[in-house]
Amino acid sequence: MKAFRILAAGLAGLSLAAMAHAEGGAAAHPHEPEGGWPFDGITGQFDMPSLQRGYQVYREVCSSCHSMKLLSYRNLGEAGGPFYDSDYPNPNDNPFVKALAADVEIQSPTPNEVGDYDFRPAMPADTFRDPYANVNAARAANNGAAPPDLSVIVKARHGGASYVYSLLSGYPHEDAISTREVTPAAVTTPASDNGTPDDPSDDVAEVSTPAEMQTIIDMSKVHVAGHEAAEGEHGDAGLLIQPAGQYYNPYMAGDTTPQYIGDPRQSPPGGFLAMGPQLTPGRVTYADGTEATTEQMAHDVAQFLAWASEPKQITRKSLGLPVMIYLGILSVLLWFSYKRIWRKVEH
Amino acid sequence: MTDQTAHSHDDAVDEDRRNFIHIATGAVAFGGVACFAIAAVDQWNPAADTRAASALDVDISKVPLGSEIRVLIGGKPFFIRHRTPAEITAAENVNVATLRDPETDDERLRPMQDGKLNRAILITSGACTHLGCVPVGPAQGNVGEYGGWYCPCHGSQYDTSGRIRKGPAPTNLPVPNYTYVSATVVNISL
Amino acid sequence: MSGHESSYTPNTGFEKWLDKRLPIIRFANDTAITFPTPKNLNYWYTFGGILAICLVVQILTGVILAMHYEPNVNGAFASVERIMRDVPFGWLLRYIHSNGASMFFFAVYIHMFRGLYYGSYKAPREVLWILGCVIFLLMIATAFLGYMLPWGQMSYHGANVITSLFGAIPLIGESLQTWILGGPSIGNQTLQRFFSLHYLLPFMIAAVVILHIWALHVPGNNNPTGVEVQDVEKDTVPFHPYYTIKDGFAIALYLMLFAAFVFYAPNALGHADQAIEANPLVTPAHIVPEWYMLPFYAILRAITFDLGPIPAKLLGVIFMFAAIAILFVLPWLDTSKVKSMRYRPVARQFFFGFVVVCLLLGWCGAKAPDAAVIPALQGDKVLVVSYTENGQEATSEYKGGGEAYLDAKRFMASLPEDANPSLAAVAAPTFQFAQLSLILTICYFGYFFMLFFIGLTEKPKELPESIHKSVLKRHKASTATAVPAE
Repeated sequence: MKAFRILAAGLAGLSLAAMAHAEGGAAAHPHEPEGGWPFDGITGQFDMPSLQRGYQVYREVCSSCHSMKLLSYRNLGEAGGPFYDSDYPNPNDNPFVKALAADVEIQSPTPNEVGDYDFRPAMPADTFRDPYANVNAARAANNGAAPPDLSVIVKARHGGASYVYSLLSGYPHEDAISTREVTPAAVTTPASDNGTPDDPSDDVAEVSTPAEMQTIIDMSKVHVAGHEAAEGEHGDAGLLIQPAGQYYNPYMAGDTTPQYIGDPRQSPPGGFLAMGPQLTPGRVTYADGTEATTEQMAHDVAQFLAWASEPKQITRKSLGLPVMIYLGILSVLLWFSYKRIWRKVEH
Repeated sequence: MTDQTAHSHDDAVDEDRRNFIHIATGAVAFGGVACFAIAAVDQWNPAADTRAASALDVDISKVPLGSEIRVLIGGKPFFIRHRTPAEITAAENVNVATLRDPETDDERLRPMQDGKLNRAILITSGACTHLGCVPVGPAQGNVGEYGGWYCPCHGSQYDTSGRIRKGPAPTNLPVPNYTYVSATVVNISL
Repeated sequence: MSGHESSYTPNTGFEKWLDKRLPIIRFANDTAITFPTPKNLNYWYTFGGILAICLVVQILTGVILAMHYEPNVNGAFASVERIMRDVPFGWLLRYIHSNGASMFFFAVYIHMFRGLYYGSYKAPREVLWILGCVIFLLMIATAFLGYMLPWGQMSYHGANVITSLFGAIPLIGESLQTWILGGPSIGNQTLQRFFSLHYLLPFMIAAVVILHIWALHVPGNNNPTGVEVQDVEKDTVPFHPYYTIKDGFAIALYLMLFAAFVFYAPNALGHADQAIEANPLVTPAHIVPEWYMLPFYAILRAITFDLGPIPAKLLGVIFMFAAIAILFVLPWLDTSKVKSMRYRPVARQFFFGFVVVCLLLGWCGAKAPDAAVIPALQGDKVLVVSYTENGQEATSEYKGGGEAYLDAKRFMASLPEDANPSLAAVAAPTFQFAQLSLILTICYFGYFFMLFFIGLTEKPKELPESIHKSVLKRHKASTATAVPAE
């Protein structure tokens, strides 16, 4: 009977853990940067210089396509924010925040006297500049895929900040990428007609089609943590064909099988996304002299986005400790009270 | 509950009521509820975005001479009046001692960046100090008996410096917190 | 509201005056102070008090959140994030509310299993049990309505799935679904009515809770022995201070668990897709309800076959609702005269099995139906070449390592030109969650039918003569073995 109970309790724990996380795609498991995240754990704190660099990366790289509609410039100077200054408890007065805001030109959300919407430097109370007027404009400018809003992106992805970090720093190295010219007749989609000659009728239709460039990734040169590299010994096997306008990333949810030449059982993890590798080394120049490697920039911007997704998380965790201590003391007191009240009653 | 056992229960309870441990437990539990109440009460205070929307830069060069513009800051009305020389003179020539809320015209102006007063521009709250109605002014064609504003609700009359002269309002129209950002732009904040 | 004689004597003049006109102090005294409660209630019985606290916390935080929330498809998502970012202590209140739902359900499940174990549903407490089931139904409805309000991806598509269940009802289904949604799909009108009802239902829960307590106080509490109170003096203690303090201690412990979630893992029980604003054009890859609905979701999905004229979709819905409905008739399904499982050696084994079945159903609900239950036992994927031969579809399978791939390629090359071959990796057949769900669903309903037969045949252990005697006996036993008493 005891064993039954232990089994039940164990299953309860197990199923609760399993319920918490629904199944993900076949993407590679995101990993955190070396040394972990400083904001993890119950006493974690954000690394302020990293948050500040992260804002720079967002401002100079991401913000040209991604909005952050839930953030205002004033948030940067609020307690716990990257540019908080205790001399200016009201971030609207913080000159540095004002300067950061004024650095960005936005379209005024309110009309002027004659009803037009002027462009003007942003003020701390304004929300982050939206790179596109609306979602249709965003789609049109990005091959039909609107770049997601980044306000709560870390909460919106399994793996959180580690996912953002892994994705941004996880594109295949350029050594593995090459292009080749293919005549349309030889354009092979391995799942459908692996290397076999096409129908004669098809050939007729394809005569007029010009040759096109195809981007291929040699998966034997791509190393993804937790996955074996493809062998690449059977002719074309081990090559991944990138669809036009799409980029392979092992951390992106998706399915690579249709684009993979080789054993479909060994198709690489991950999928394709419309965003190419952005954080090329030296893409930004950090004011504090930190070397802008891909990993460094991915680390900084992921931490910035983790802060932006939940600016109150440090406050939350630091309030947690006194609450737990309080409840602990209350429980002990209640226990003694309980023991005292019941001391004369057999129960 | 007439039995002996029941009585001993009751006695135990009565004795326990005065027990230190119970008092301590009750006090700690009450303290916890009180702390939670702080959060439940504080959430009614202005939120961060509401507080952030409590300042405005206004271009005063667009205010027509002899009239006013009205702006809302955080939902509260403010008057920005471009006074004529005659109105300025009228405001300055009042015997302050006779006023209900004695203030000189100069006291109701804020210096520009060079330290001088811009007497042509008067900035006041747009809510009557009686019960919060918005007085009518030059834009509505009614400036009241003293050339300033007239509150239609209960008949308060304000002069060209926004001071109460007649009617039920107890004090002058308050002057908000404002600074000259440049010669033509003022920043008004709540 | 009480089955015992009132022991209240008004002391002051005002109390005497009031007692003749509105005996509210007498009522409160008899209900919450002097009510005779069996003295052998264990900690499983504290969950009633814990649930009362959960309801109060949810109503309090919910009323506050409603002051900041915007029930509009354009503003709902942003207004929830505004609560998290800008409203003073908004993050705290919202996390208490969202995790509070989980804590509420966790407590109610323990409360229900406790009732099942100690036979609290049996005469004379059938109405008490049924009212509890009504509360549970209202809780499910409230949680479902509330889950839509943040207007995240799971809100939208989860609500879409659940309202589609009504579409399975024959004849009226489609018009009923349209009526519920107020349009052809979930829209602003749906969000607004869901918000209104989400605000209303908790007060209906509170009302049924009052009936629940009333129905509890007529026959009095059940207790771990299942033996009714015979001697009020010997078997019971007044509710206050004995059980107020015991419940209070349990509540404090439960609040620690609650606080651990709120402060350290507020999103652990939620889903990442809820942080993406609802988009009717994109359904999340894997739709799952909140954890507390997973067992029922698993039952819904377990039915994949038509039964006579009943299509699978409708049958799944019927089974899911039956899983709750069967609880309502449980008092008449269980034929045993003995209440507590302590004295029912056979039924007790089945009870623990039932708990395991419910937990496993929850596990199934969280998984994709076609996923392998034990991935380690799943064989390697098989390469399948599909091609056409003489106008007929044909397939050829290749198993094994890299050789199989080369073989498959060679075979494809050898096919005639019009064969149109394609190569795919197909998962080897294995024991899937869909199959496990079906087995567990049968077990779930089987438990209730087993109770019927076990009750007729089981030979129960000897019952204690009274609560008082059972306590004395236990105390002697515990002093002898030096095991601390409960």
